[in-house]
Amino acid sequence: MSEQVYGIKVPIRLDYTYVVGTAPARFLRGLAQGKIVGQRCPSCAKVYVPPRGSCPTCGVPTRDDVALSDKGIVTTFCVVNIPFAGSAVKAPYVSASVLLDGADIPLFHLLQEVATEDVRMGMRVEAVWVPNDELQPSMNSIRYFRPTGEPDAPFESFKEHL
Amino acid sequence: MTTADADPRQATPLTAPHMLEYEYTRSVGPVIGRFFGALQERRVVGVRTAGGRGLVPPQEYDPESGEPVGDFVDVASAGVVTTWAWVHAPRPKHPLQRPFAWALVQLDGADTAMLHAVDAGDESRMSTGMRVRIRWSAETHGDIHDIACFEPEDAR
Ligand SMILES: [Zn+2]
Repeated sequence: MSEQVYGIKVPIRLDYTYVVGTAPARFLRGLAQGKIVGQRCPSCAKVYVPPRGSCPTCGVPTRDDVALSDKGIVTTFCVVNIPFAGSAVKAPYVSASVLLDGADIPLFHLLQEVATEDVRMGMRVEAVWVPNDELQPSMNSIRYFRPTGEPDAPFESFKEHL
Repeated sequence: MTTADADPRQATPLTAPHMLEYEYTRSVGPVIGRFFGALQERRVVGVRTAGGRGLVPPQEYDPESGEPVGDFVDVASAGVVTTWAWVHAPRPKHPLQRPFAWALVQLDGADTAMLHAVDAGDESRMSTGMRVRIRWSAETHGDIHDIACFEPEDAR
């Protein structure tokens, strides 16, 4: 009598070639030069980063590039306590929405060089870049954000950007 | 700063490979588990329904009556192609990397057919009703890949 099999490995695998599109490509090529590029809506003047090439509110193309600061404020964040397969960072760590100075929507990135319990909404942070010779058209060109030590931004200043 | 290119077709698109992959372990249950266990020993088992039909691959319930099935039965490792489709250009994850047929094969002793690949070499060798036999994999692991494919019975 043969042995009973209880389970089988069933790999699910999807192999994509991801094409980023024109506006996100400008953002990514900016990162390769150590710059953060957003785009401004010609109708409502909101600045989107990363730019998608159009304003989702007004439904019009965004054509004007805007150079953004690599400093900003933490609008909201989460502490990741549970490690998962494939994670590049050791738990616990903080993922934060960072509203860059001059932008109207926050960028999602890793926050480091701060104890998880010290992170707060309104905290001023800055990008920590990889060395110049390692810059590439990728979000990985920014290693993480870290606190600048400046005074916190008041809630009123970012409540429209959560 | 600059303004976006007037003609976006002038810009070289940025592309990157993106792989989405999960490896599940699927529980197969007592009936299919027995089927896979037999494949590992290079045998094929099915089940007999209350009405006497042999289901291969086996199922836990008789699809006609909904009743639990009865005993396991051994069936042959050769049978008949009941229908088929020729694959001219195999995809990377297909069981054979040369043109082959997907076929429903009714093994001798079974009343139902199972889906698998037939390595016939050329579409002209395929026909409904043709006899095929299992080509076993060099190593067996207790899953459907233990059957490498079927091959025409008249092949060497
Ligand atoms: Zn707008």
